[in-house]
Amino acid sequence: MNARALVNVPKTATAGSVIEIRALIQHPMETGFRPLPNGGLVPRHVIDRFECIYDGETVFVAELHPAIAANPYIAFRTVATRSGELVFRWTDDRGAVREERAAITVT
Amino acid sequence: MRRATLAAVALALGVAAVAAQTTPRDERRSGFTFMGPTTQAMQRDDMANPGMLFVLEGEELWSAKAGAAGRSCADCHGDASATMRGVAARYPAFDTTSNGAIDLAGRIDQCRTARQEAPSLPRESRPLLALTTYVAHQSRGMPITAGEDPRLAPALAAGKTLYEQRLGQLNLACSHCHDDNWGRTLGSAPIPQGHPTGYPIYRLEWQDIGSLQRRLRTCLTGVRAEPFAYGAPEYIQLELFLTSRARGMTMETPGVRP
Repeated sequence: MNARALVNVPKTATAGSVIEIRALIQHPMETGFRPLPNGGLVPRHVIDRFECIYDGETVFVAELHPAIAANPYIAFRTVATRSGELVFRWTDDRGAVREERAAITVT
Repeated sequence: MRRATLAAVALALGVAAVAAQTTPRDERRSGFTFMGPTTQAMQRDDMANPGMLFVLEGEELWSAKAGAAGRSCADCHGDASATMRGVAARYPAFDTTSNGAIDLAGRIDQCRTARQEAPSLPRESRPLLALTTYVAHQSRGMPITAGEDPRLAPALAAGKTLYEQRLGQLNLACSHCHDDNWGRTLGSAPIPQGHPTGYPIYRLEWQDIGSLQRRLRTCLTGVRAEPFAYGAPEYIQLELFLTSRARGMTMETPGVRP
């Protein structure tokens, strides 16, 4: 998936604190219901799934559907447990995958 | 006595309404101030502003080689954050080749065809919008200075005429909404003053980034007028008038609008 993505993870956090994570990705989120001038439909093209893996552990999963706006923005909270890498993975209904990574230092 | 006072008040109000036709300088407000707090928060936060995705896309294109010349924008112009700072704030500018006004997207495309020897980018195409957003973003926070060049006077006058000209089946001019009735609502939508401070904007209704021309097109179809073709001189003249009217206001690119 050749898409621009922005993720915001605090660089540092204290152990046990709740951190907010925000992820924004460029995607048309085409519903598959919009008619074309010739009577056909614009083919469906949506992100199905978003997941966040924190140091090997899946901490957040979202299933996305048509009717979610283009360029979806997802914000969620998790507990800062240990220093490590967060992997953000978006998968769309054509099988394209986009990954973004961010590191966090927990003290 | 009481009736005479009322008449005097009505007369004074009438005079005030005439005076308000050209919005005084100190009453000028960006479209941003007419939005709800959540949409304002979206624009303010670069991590939530979807327009920033197109800034990123433009940044990639800035250093991508294109055309027969095999050059990228960066090969000539270097680091955009230094060389392009304040550039968008002076557009539309005077163009010596056409001897008229040219907008930022037009200048980017001119550079692309003449210097990069690459095929022209269509108006409202993603690469052109992304590059324009990226260049305009470099001027964020700076005051608009467009329209100061005296050679632009004829285009500026044409833009003012268009702004004040009644158009379409509804027979409305731009000024009827954006000078006389700003702050009121059209259906449930507030009418802003029409200052183009954040273009190209990410419009939630479009779910996409779009130019001022696309926005003007929406206004034109709104008054049931036939829109001008993209890139038409009328749009650039209107843009020139609007940016000179907004001179001194702060650039917000990429703006978010409902």
